[in-house]
Amino acid sequence: MGFSLSDQHQLLSKIANNDGHGENSSYFDGWKAYDSNPFHPIQNPNGVIQMGLAENQLCFDLIQEWIKRNPKASICTAEGVGEFKDIAIFQDYHGLPDFRNAVANFMGRVRGGRVTFDPDRIVMSGGATGAHELISFCLADPGDAFLVPTPYYPGFDRDLRWRTGVQLLPVICESSNDFKITKAALEAAYEKAQEANIKVKGLLITNPSNPLGTTLDRETLKSLVSFINEKSIHLICDEIYAATVFSQPKFISISEIILEEDMECNPNLIHIVYSLSKDMGFPGFRVGIVYSYNDEVVKIARKMSSFGLVSTQTQHLIASMLLDDDFVESFIGESAKRLETRHKVFTWGLSQVGIGCLKSNAGLFVWMDLRRLLKESTVEAEMELWRAIIKDVKLNVSPGSSFHCLEPGWFRVCFANMDDETMEVALRRIRAFVFQGKEVEAPVKNKRWRNNLRLSFSLKFDEGVMTPRMMSPHSPIPHSPLVRART
Amino acid sequence: MKLLSRKTTCNSHGQDSSYFLGWQEYEKNAYDEVLNPTGIIQMGLAENQLSFDLLESWLAKNPEAVGFKRDGESIFREMALFQDYHGLPIFKNALAEFMAEIRGNKVRFDPNKLVLTAGATSANETLMFCLAEPGEAFLLPTPYYPGFDRDLKWRTGVEIVPIQCSSSNSFQITESALEKAYRLAQKRKLKVKGVLITNPSNPLGTTMNLIELNLLISFVAAKGIHLISDEIYSGTVFNSPGFISITEALMDRNLHGSEVSNRVHIVYSLSKDLGLPGFRVGAIYSNNDTVVAAATKMSSFGLVSSQTQYLLSAMLSDKNFTSNYATENQKRLKKRHDMLVSGLQEAGIGCLKSNAGLFCWVDMRHLLSSKTFGAEKELWKKMLYQVGLNISPGSSCHCTEPGWFRVCFANMSEETLNHSMQRIKDFVDSTTDVVSRRHRLVVRNSRRRSSHDRDSER
Repeated sequence: MGFSLSDQHQLLSKIANNDGHGENSSYFDGWKAYDSNPFHPIQNPNGVIQMGLAENQLCFDLIQEWIKRNPKASICTAEGVGEFKDIAIFQDYHGLPDFRNAVANFMGRVRGGRVTFDPDRIVMSGGATGAHELISFCLADPGDAFLVPTPYYPGFDRDLRWRTGVQLLPVICESSNDFKITKAALEAAYEKAQEANIKVKGLLITNPSNPLGTTLDRETLKSLVSFINEKSIHLICDEIYAATVFSQPKFISISEIILEEDMECNPNLIHIVYSLSKDMGFPGFRVGIVYSYNDEVVKIARKMSSFGLVSTQTQHLIASMLLDDDFVESFIGESAKRLETRHKVFTWGLSQVGIGCLKSNAGLFVWMDLRRLLKESTVEAEMELWRAIIKDVKLNVSPGSSFHCLEPGWFRVCFANMDDETMEVALRRIRAFVFQGKEVEAPVKNKRWRNNLRLSFSLKFDEGVMTPRMMSPHSPIPHSPLVRART
Repeated sequence: MKLLSRKTTCNSHGQDSSYFLGWQEYEKNAYDEVLNPTGIIQMGLAENQLSFDLLESWLAKNPEAVGFKRDGESIFREMALFQDYHGLPIFKNALAEFMAEIRGNKVRFDPNKLVLTAGATSANETLMFCLAEPGEAFLLPTPYYPGFDRDLKWRTGVEIVPIQCSSSNSFQITESALEKAYRLAQKRKLKVKGVLITNPSNPLGTTMNLIELNLLISFVAAKGIHLISDEIYSGTVFNSPGFISITEALMDRNLHGSEVSNRVHIVYSLSKDLGLPGFRVGAIYSNNDTVVAAATKMSSFGLVSSQTQYLLSAMLSDKNFTSNYATENQKRLKKRHDMLVSGLQEAGIGCLKSNAGLFCWVDMRHLLSSKTFGAEKELWKKMLYQVGLNISPGSSCHCTEPGWFRVCFANMSEETLNHSMQRIKDFVDSTTDVVSRRHRLVVRNSRRRSSHDRDSER
């Protein structure tokens, strides 16, 4: 029996019917191109290489080694099963005490021991995805707004807005000053909201930044704190990439800034979102954290965490792992080293063919500058280039417009979700594509451009097929079988 | 400017109710056979702790699954990276088959119509977000699980309007009660989007018969609204009459695939049937593709840990294990249930006849100083502070008649249960007078007749 579309619409809520999940925008499902033709070094060497996925796959050997040596960390092994029952029935939304201690400990160590975190302020959530929605529910009412500097992670549109009814208003950042957040841009965004009669409840920053891969300097952080204090609005700091900082300048967390003597700040306005998905490479475990300096928020967030608690099986494993100080120290150090090497290899490879990136010191990706390759400085031209990259270079990268970047031509390219060989293949393909039909030029040492590298390409592609999927959690295509990590 | 959202300052999280306050008191003074024999015994927690030995023995016999290996190779990496919100296919397949098995394989479930969520808590909230706008309402038969006030209303802004059920017919849902609730909603200018039932019932511990289910189906069909069937206790049915799932009832009327079946949604979880509340495994099952699509995306806010999905897919795929578990678990639940019922009987206290769940719906009306909720609260406090038993007063479950209490029996050892029965007996004896003693005799004798009566009503 067929049900009319309008019947369906009447039947379900506005939220269920609208596009607030963000997956139906003109940038939906770029994964189809990857998923229908995924690269494999042996089985499919001409397939599409996935570079749109910000995953950290570089240190699983270290984790696996630790797990082998610590069978008690699993409640299922002979060594650990004695705790199975107690863990399986534990559903207290405070979380296992060891888990909270372990996470607080880890967060402190990631910040070089310069700050300590109070386990009693650790609130669980369903990944950072759940954490963002939760904090949004706590701080804002439907119709209220958060300011967020562009470019920003596309998932925020869903996480902070979809079911909450809260708005996101951009704070425009530009390449002319390396996308730094300026006071002028903040004030402009705030003014604009005032004029439109929209109540601004807070500012959301991601530090280290996705997609830029940069960390905020002390001056900027302090100016942000002054700004929100002056306006009496909240500051939500997404620090999920904190342990991916691999080179100078070192990471400065908001938790350090608010301790500074000359920093006047109402702690009730400061909240951190954290997760183990990027720093440890555990997106499947759904370990999200809300850490607030506001006691009321901690209390209420904890009650709300009922909707997305971390499985106690996972809490137990993470607690054991992160309370192992030796392991944590060596992991953090080794992970940063491997990320730095990967980043160096990739950016060097790109520079060899005249492609520059924003200078970055963190993250699992680079912010690649392809502005000179655009036919014209428009979003359409960017999308054209993007489709060509997927089709002809066979790399799935993410166009800047999907991150709300106002300047066309920037692309986020992930480098930590593959092995070294695949990285080499990617660079070879880029090289081949850039130099096709041209004389081989001497490699550029910096970000300067060659105008004669403008490319033309035919556009034989499936309409409506290729759009990026860069949000977590994600799905390759509806009802697809498990996509195995291919490297 | 107000710093926090309205949600933070309102009371819709429902955690100021006596249901939660009793827990807090228990936390402060928890009974321990050895360390704190005069502490409070927790009988307000609907947990199934009776069959962990079966789970543990399965773990011991399955080292590969337990060690996250496949053919000797570690699959840790694959597992740690898996965040597909469609869920692990082998897990959903196993879960769909498990659900069918619980229903005697009289119905089949399509894994593609299953949405995994962080517990039934998240499943129920997600369904509200999908089916209703803020200010719209769902009808719920009373008494109902106190957590619904938070799960269905808090962040969604949806209202609950009660369908009032009474002890006069063992709290069964009647047509007039349904219509009355609908009219009440209309009077309050609330648009009714659906009915939510819990079957088997929490707190009653009873399963619905075909008459009730058909009543509900006809009602939602006529009104063009949704029906959510929370079936998280479906695996705890330990006695006749057996469990009839809403899916079965629809099939029975040849409504499978019909317009009304497009508006029927099931909530499931492994917290009660398998006793794994810590693992946060919940699910929504719906024939409505749009609901499945929307709920799947919403599940992003509360996915099931991949570590847990991997473990349970191996466990639930083991058919020998699941069928043996179901039989043994039900046997043990029945034994406990019977222990509680007879223990209460000795104290002259009766229960609603029940065949499922992890609790009994206990009739303490005769112990009230007056037929009021004030008196019920008084009695509840006595039970908590004097007798040292945390039981849940009916008012926290929105029961319209004072004097009923939900008492759990599956979350403690046999010794502790016996001990709690002794405490109740002592309490009743100490407050007893001739009238009460006579009442106890009446209760004991009527029990032999009542089972016969109730069957004829159903």
